[in-house]
Amino acid sequence: MRYFLSLAIILSALWLGISGVYKPVILALGAASVLLVVWLSARMEVVGTEHNPAVYSWRLPVYWGWLVWQIVMANVHIARLVLQPQRIRPRVIRAPVPHKTPVAKVTYANSITLTPGTITLRLEADFVDVHAIDDHSAAGIEGGGMAAKVSWLERGREID
Amino acid sequence: MVDIVLDWVSWLMLLSGGLVAVIGGIGLLRFPDIYTRLHAGGMTDTLCMLLIIGGLILQSGLSILSIKLALILLFMLFTAPTAAHALARAAMVDGVEPQTGEGEPSSNT
Repeated sequence: MRYFLSLAIILSALWLGISGVYKPVILALGAASVLLVVWLSARMEVVGTEHNPAVYSWRLPVYWGWLVWQIVMANVHIARLVLQPQRIRPRVIRAPVPHKTPVAKVTYANSITLTPGTITLRLEADFVDVHAIDDHSAAGIEGGGMAAKVSWLERGREID
Repeated sequence: MVDIVLDWVSWLMLLSGGLVAVIGGIGLLRFPDIYTRLHAGGMTDTLCMLLIIGGLILQSGLSILSIKLALILLFMLFTAPTAAHALARAAMVDGVEPQTGEGEPSSNT
């Protein structure tokens, strides 16, 4: 029940946030579409699973903030390589994936790709193949700093 | 006063976002193979987009437009790495070997 309510509230907030027209007829249509989506989600049995934003903890915005900072630093590094392309040393590395839930694994793989300088080539159950543009970018993955951060994010979900 | 500062900050973000896009484009031309070029494309997908959409949000202020821009930013940050991964994966499946070792100026264009 809690997840049905939170899903309906989030969908309503999203609708109110992007509609901009608050006439009775339009509001009724909005409410109807929220109910339709909640009903469809119930039929698909995805209510309360990892798709619902309400199951995430306060750790998610903290993780995003950290990730944006990583992205900024990686961009500066790649910009320097673009201006001196003879310095690139591309290679493929294999790194362990210590996470248990699928959503944490995908978060890790997506975060690797989102940081310029590293791209996920293959994600398997317990390892990931990463194409890194040079040693500095590869060190960020081989050091396990990002994996530890995603583990920290994953632990935040076990509380509820 | 605050308005003027915000205006300046937003223009600074828009211009530096444009600069990042140009550098990313130069990287696309300079890097040797598809995998390294994806890294350059990643710059325009991430920092360039963050700066430009951030600058536009500052321009539009507290309004429904800002919410929409923030949603665009959110969805781009989820879909861009998926697209990059799909490209890299397609190249792998197609048997394109990643070039390793010393980087040299692009020769396959």
